[in-house]
Amino acid sequence: MNASSSYWSFFAEHRAEILSATADHLLLVVIAMLIAMATAVPLGMFIVQRPALRAASIGIANIFQTIPSLALFGLLIPIPFIGGIGRRTAIVALVLYALLPILRNTYVGLSGIDPAVLEAAEAMGMTSTQILFRVRFPLALSVILAGIRTATIITIGVATIAAEIGAGGLGTFIFRGVALVSDSLILAGAMPAALLALLVDFLLGLLERRLKVA
Amino acid sequence: MNGNSKNLLGNLIEFRDVSYHINDIPGRAIISGVSLAVPLGETLVLLGRSGSGKTTLLRLINAMYLPSQGDVLVQGRRTVEWDPIRLRRGIGYVIQEAGLFPHFTVAENVGLVPSLEKWDRQRVTARVRELLRLVGLDSAEFADRRPRELSGGQRQRVGVARALAADPPILLMDEPFGALDPVTRAELQREFKALAQRLQKTIVFVTHDLREALALASRIVLLDAGRIVAVAPPQEFLRIEHPEVRAFVASLEAVPGAPV
Repeated sequence: MNASSSYWSFFAEHRAEILSATADHLLLVVIAMLIAMATAVPLGMFIVQRPALRAASIGIANIFQTIPSLALFGLLIPIPFIGGIGRRTAIVALVLYALLPILRNTYVGLSGIDPAVLEAAEAMGMTSTQILFRVRFPLALSVILAGIRTATIITIGVATIAAEIGAGGLGTFIFRGVALVSDSLILAGAMPAALLALLVDFLLGLLERRLKVA
Repeated sequence: MNGNSKNLLGNLIEFRDVSYHINDIPGRAIISGVSLAVPLGETLVLLGRSGSGKTTLLRLINAMYLPSQGDVLVQGRRTVEWDPIRLRRGIGYVIQEAGLFPHFTVAENVGLVPSLEKWDRQRVTARVRELLRLVGLDSAEFADRRPRELSGGQRQRVGVARALAADPPILLMDEPFGALDPVTRAELQREFKALAQRLQKTIVFVTHDLREALALASRIVLLDAGRIVAVAPPQEFLRIEHPEVRAFVASLEAVPGAPV
């Protein structure tokens, strides 16, 4: 039997399951990214005016990102409330993973504004809140979005591994396929995960260029 | 050396023995012992080399810096007593490269202070149109453009219009024409001079270019290492025998055949 046609028939047969796993996967990513953005963007805005906190918060986010993903899952499982087996632990780990790119880009974007523009804003009598929301933030938006894009791609990837701790998603097929030595099953998880990452990267890239000023 | 110390009531800006040093380290003084009064309607030019303290002096007026010693008075009130936001909304500010907001249109840039002051939209729109006309830009053509779609000279015109938007009595200008080509610069200087005379603003203008100072000033203040070394109207200024004044005059004469 021709290998590629057997993959296709496998895909066709298990279409519903693959779609539902893709939806689970996406949900995991969306929840984690929403929490990560809601944390990292305000934190980034906060540390721009407080240099003392900058090194500490970026350093902590950096630590999470440096820990291998499977090890991070392992470290979280024994922790009460957030730990255990399942989706909740996975989301916590994904959030921790996504923090650094968003936080770093928010900080870099907000602090990399043309000094002449900031000088003019201050001299015109804008308050520091007005400068943050009406000048710094809009000008930093494309850089912040670049960080969100990187974080999303990482999250889609790490979420496949989250299947190992019972979070569901496309990784389930991959791990089961490895255990059963079934290429079709592996590809049923790997192909949609790869396509998802490429598609999201493309769409967010489009948005990023849209928001770029000057 | 003292500026003009008579006529105190008419002074919009006054420096009283002002010193400024970073982190309050007296050894690192940027401005030392400056006393100076700027009466209503004057165009005062602060002249000096890079690092002489001109920009610092300018920023002491709108409370971007506060004096380490002495007092800066604006409209009779010490800058430390002013609410800095209120103070700055009443002082126009123009800098080199204009510092326009790249994400705003020309109209949004010019209308910013009126909007911050919560003028209603129609009044802002009308004011923007009026100001663009004042600086020689056709509102229909330019209002919706972004700063990156303008030439250097046009950007600087928008910068001047933006500074004048809320009709402030005082205008601070920090080498506003410094980055322009010589032809555009001369054109803007000429127009600006006419505009300044018409609007009766009190202007403090920073430059390192003696030619520009001579063209625009009602009085020139020469700064050297944070101190005032000469104060005089343009024609008298050229005759002062201070070595720093001579150095600046010599820079003019360095061009063979240049008119002084």
